[in-house]
Amino acid sequence: MSVNALYDYKFEPKDKVENFHGMQLLYVLWPNHLMFCSPFALLVQPDMTFRALVDEVLKPATASHPEAAKADFLGGEWLLNDEPFTPAPDASLKDNGIDHKSMLTVTTPGLDGLAGAGF
Amino acid sequence: MSQLVFIAFQDNDDSRYLAEAVMEDNPDAELQHQPAMIRIQAEKRLVINRETMEEKLGRDWDVQEMLINVISIGGNVDEDDDHFILEWK
Amino acid sequence: MVSKNKKLNLKDKYQYLTRDMAWEPTYQKKKDIFPDEDFEGIKITDWSQWEDPFRLTMDAYWKYQAEKEKKLYAIFDAFAQNNGHQNISDARYVNALKLFLTGVSPLEHAAFQGYSKVGRQFSGAGARVACQMQAIDELRHSQTQQHAMSHYNKHFNGLHDAAHMHDRVWFLSVPKSFFDDARTAGPFEFLTAISFSFEYVLTNLLFVPFMSGAAYNGDMATVTFGFSAQSDEARHMTLGLEVIKFILEQHEDNVPIVQRWIDKWFWRGFRLLSLVSMMMDYMLPNKVMSWSEAWEVYYEQNGGALFKDLERYGIRPPKYQDVANDAKHHLSHQLWSTFYQYSQATNFHTWIPGKEEMDWMSEKYPDTFDKYYRPRYEYWAKEHAEGRRFYNNTLPQLCQVCQVPTLFTEMGEPTRLSHRQMKYEGERYHFCSEACCDIFKHEPEKYIQAWLPVHQIYQGNCEGGDVETVVQKYYHIEVGVDNFEYIGSPDHKHWLSIKGKSFDSKAEKSEQDAA
Repeated sequence: MSVNALYDYKFEPKDKVENFHGMQLLYVLWPNHLMFCSPFALLVQPDMTFRALVDEVLKPATASHPEAAKADFLGGEWLLNDEPFTPAPDASLKDNGIDHKSMLTVTTPGLDGLAGAGF
Repeated sequence: MSQLVFIAFQDNDDSRYLAEAVMEDNPDAELQHQPAMIRIQAEKRLVINRETMEEKLGRDWDVQEMLINVISIGGNVDEDDDHFILEWK
Repeated sequence: MVSKNKKLNLKDKYQYLTRDMAWEPTYQKKKDIFPDEDFEGIKITDWSQWEDPFRLTMDAYWKYQAEKEKKLYAIFDAFAQNNGHQNISDARYVNALKLFLTGVSPLEHAAFQGYSKVGRQFSGAGARVACQMQAIDELRHSQTQQHAMSHYNKHFNGLHDAAHMHDRVWFLSVPKSFFDDARTAGPFEFLTAISFSFEYVLTNLLFVPFMSGAAYNGDMATVTFGFSAQSDEARHMTLGLEVIKFILEQHEDNVPIVQRWIDKWFWRGFRLLSLVSMMMDYMLPNKVMSWSEAWEVYYEQNGGALFKDLERYGIRPPKYQDVANDAKHHLSHQLWSTFYQYSQATNFHTWIPGKEEMDWMSEKYPDTFDKYYRPRYEYWAKEHAEGRRFYNNTLPQLCQVCQVPTLFTEMGEPTRLSHRQMKYEGERYHFCSEACCDIFKHEPEKYIQAWLPVHQIYQGNCEGGDVETVVQKYYHIEVGVDNFEYIGSPDHKHWLSIKGKSFDSKAEKSEQDAA
């Protein structure tokens, strides 16, 4: 559908990858850990390795959760944009097929959050 | 399903007369006191009559004076010189 | 008695002073004078069918509004002269006012602009007059709210730059983008959005139980501006209902257009009011009514009666109302958890509710609070006591439409986050819900331009790359004064000194637990 307007209504998307100065956006969700209220929004380098994403970005982001130390994220079950996904840890995000504004979901079996409340 | 209309007034001197008049003219209405407000609800219809209100106040009263004390309403409004009606038809 | 007979009755007076003051143009085409009336596809065949049940004319309007203002300012004066801020229940309450002043009062001003615009655009005189009166009302609300809060600004932090914050701060893009969406629509959608969906269906939730709560917490200034504003609102709500009935009666082709607007604006308003849910349950130290009770009275019961009345026009209740009804058990808790963890970037403080407050919530939310939310607070309280007050140091994903972080859970699955994504013209977009995704799909060009605060920070448009710089320099939030935890904040210490106590972190902690 299109906008009902008084003129030809056409605009550029505000968050095109060109606007991020060589970086790109990435969202990561760790289900059952609602201590973090929503998926993380991250600014990452497309040529960063997947392993570096986990070690240098995801681990610090989740560190304050008591289950984070036990979490084997690399061995977890991953989804990329809601599709099953097997990351290649030493390949870049780009080569893993992770494009701008992609969303990763990582489930860590056995870690279901605190108090049986997915927290 | 029940279909309630309601009106809420600031809890002040004018409104106490208003509430009295409303309850007299709408005996099935329910009156609730909440902090700083008086809320009255009724099934389908609620009417405020100028005549009843003038009797309570002992002076002339313009239906639109009510605008000063009303907080909120629910229902279709019908207002003229003699009454203010809230209604679901 | 002769003079009494000369007086016009209400109906005649309204006719003379409204319709009969208008005229049919002769040397300009009506279409050129009112060019915005057709493009939305709404068909109006006869403007004379427009009814204003209040039949308010300009002379009566001035008279009653002046009287309302006199009463209101008498109370403001008394409140200030009496140092009313010292008699509120607790200084935590003032944080609700900080959110109100930055989130709601600027919307009153946006409404003033919106109604001024549509008050020019309709070719029907009755609709123009009603919109012009409402425009003046909205300006009054914006001003009286700022006046009422200026007293608090002298004594508490975070109230010093509301208009600036409204334009920039991350969570305030929620109310701002809501109103911008409405104001950039056509005149009929604007009225359906604001007069009907927002004013008639939803604003009672803010202005009635929350304001009653303000009174219950000793804030006579706020309850008075709230109720004074709401007394205009009764007229606005009536306008909202009349607008809908009028449009629906004019032509059957209008029904599906209006239904889609109701579906959209009910949902947009519901998402916006999620902020009010936490104001009611968490920011009023003395509780009057829970969010779920207020939702039951003011939406399920009153909204139910309303939509039953509209059935005869072929209108059904809003598409996603079941999701909203289910969310009443969770909404305030999910919002408070979010603001608790991002307090480093807010102009107000957050805290863990005291024991009595949590017991109240267990009672009000028997199926959800103890199971899902109490454990959060107990865990965070323990962390805080051990010197690790929890903050989330990574920015959240935001919904492309409502701009709230994607924090809500699926209906019936309170531990599963609700999230949708889609691609449009090669770009990916993320949403908090099916409903927001639906809104996007219908008008994607409108929402691809959204100024999402998190993305703007990452693009480098907010005067800094780290949260502290953005908060201090770009938002004008004074770091260490306006933001972070309430316990031990300057406001907290100031409140203790008003009450003749001094701040002792250990003693205060146990008092908080016992409270």
